[in-house]
Amino acid sequence: MNIYDIIFYLFAGITIISGFLVVSVKNIVHAAFYLLFTLFGIAGLYVLLGADFIAIVQIMVYVGGILILILFGVMLTNKIVDVEIKSESFQVIPAIIFIGILMGGLVFLMVTTNWENNELIIPLTTTKILGNIILTDYILIFELLGILLLIALIGAATIARKDKV
Amino acid sequence: MYNFLVDILGNEIIVMIITASLPLFLFVIPFALVAVYAERKVSAHMQDRLGPMRVGYHGLLQTVADILKLFQKEDIVTEKADKSLFNIAPFLVFAGSYAAFAALPFSSIFIGTNTDIGLFYIIAISSLVVAGILMAGWASNNKYSLLGAMRSAAQIISYEIPTALVILSLVMFTGTLNLHTMSELQTSSFLNWNILGGSETGIIKIILIPFMLIGCLILFISTLAEVNRTPFDIPEAESELVAGFHTEYSGMKFAMFFLSEYANMFAVSAIITSVFFGGYQSPFGYLGDLAGIDWLVPIEQLFWFSAKGLFFVFVQMWLRWTLPRLRVDQLMTVCWKYLIPYSFVNLIIIGIITLL
Repeated sequence: MNIYDIIFYLFAGITIISGFLVVSVKNIVHAAFYLLFTLFGIAGLYVLLGADFIAIVQIMVYVGGILILILFGVMLTNKIVDVEIKSESFQVIPAIIFIGILMGGLVFLMVTTNWENNELIIPLTTTKILGNIILTDYILIFELLGILLLIALIGAATIARKDKV
Repeated sequence: MYNFLVDILGNEIIVMIITASLPLFLFVIPFALVAVYAERKVSAHMQDRLGPMRVGYHGLLQTVADILKLFQKEDIVTEKADKSLFNIAPFLVFAGSYAAFAALPFSSIFIGTNTDIGLFYIIAISSLVVAGILMAGWASNNKYSLLGAMRSAAQIISYEIPTALVILSLVMFTGTLNLHTMSELQTSSFLNWNILGGSETGIIKIILIPFMLIGCLILFISTLAEVNRTPFDIPEAESELVAGFHTEYSGMKFAMFFLSEYANMFAVSAIITSVFFGGYQSPFGYLGDLAGIDWLVPIEQLFWFSAKGLFFVFVQMWLRWTLPRLRVDQLMTVCWKYLIPYSFVNLIIIGIITLL
């Protein structure tokens, strides 16, 4: 077990434990902050896999954008209005059944798939390669995503606009 | 430097820990000590006062005395506060601002991690500071703290956009996200700095200069807002919000917020330095090259890097004691109606010039 294994188990442990706490903790703000650690753990796993760019995007988009928005929403509603918002669990038995089926399927796939076992070559720079691929092979998807985001932006601006009455 | 340490100590992990903590002990803490003193002196002289004069020569040891006082203070946690979050928040904020130092090139032989996406990493990791500030504000269970934290988060998120756009235009221009490479590209003389059109020559260089200046100004304004300094200090506006998100903190936890504020000030100054003003490169030549002493060059580079960084820190202090504070709506107007459109136009123009 070398140092990379130890780091992997550290990050995996952080991700799984905090991910479990996100869904089990009663206090919704605490859950949001546990999500912070989950997302960081995942970013760490990406770094270990040599995908440094993806890791940074993970932090930038999820921690810097989505998590902060979640926190904003939770805080604005939780403390200013005097209603205690708790996250509770219901429909436990159906959830267990379906998650069990999903989990079983994933484990089955994991065990039966013939994984390619190549020697690990981590490219020194991933940014340039990624940029080239996105702007050549996946240009259509890239442009479509751009249009989708633009639509979302216009929609948000329209909703937020004051009515001119 | 890294290989040298590996040779001496023989263990990669110990060396990693040492190189990771070097900037903290050799730079951030001494810098914060000096900067707090400098801030008080600068403000005092701008208002025709003397500032701290009693401890040591002209008050030089004032900050040390303050730190000793902070160590002895009682650590007060308010009863209705969310204790665990309240205790974690200062460390999260400091971790966020200190993490940015990992990608700063202090000199050609010392950079925490010479990662290929250094600039992008610095922009991304600063979101940890926002999360920490929100945590502190919410956990304090105090209206003023919560309002301050909300304002701070909204401000940092908004001003991240012009920052990222200006940095993106420079990334297009230089073709790299690596701060080390970016500094290397601006070598030999100050005419090669990005603010003066980089290593382009002739007419293109002259066309580029005004747009580089605009970009630099936008970057300076938006990073100033990101570190919550006046005129953008509405998150901790003393006259309205007591002290914003750190109202309830005392003793060493308050000191952590203070330390991270000063660390942040230097980090953003260092970004401006590396992106526009040649990073660790000397504006003229190196004394070490002239005299043929190899080991002198990195030390000179460290000197130039800190000198340029400290100059921008000084400008930040200067502005703090000169300009009044903006209102919340003015703050958002400045960002969304002026800085973002200008930086978009700037991005397009610099892109076109780069293509030519």
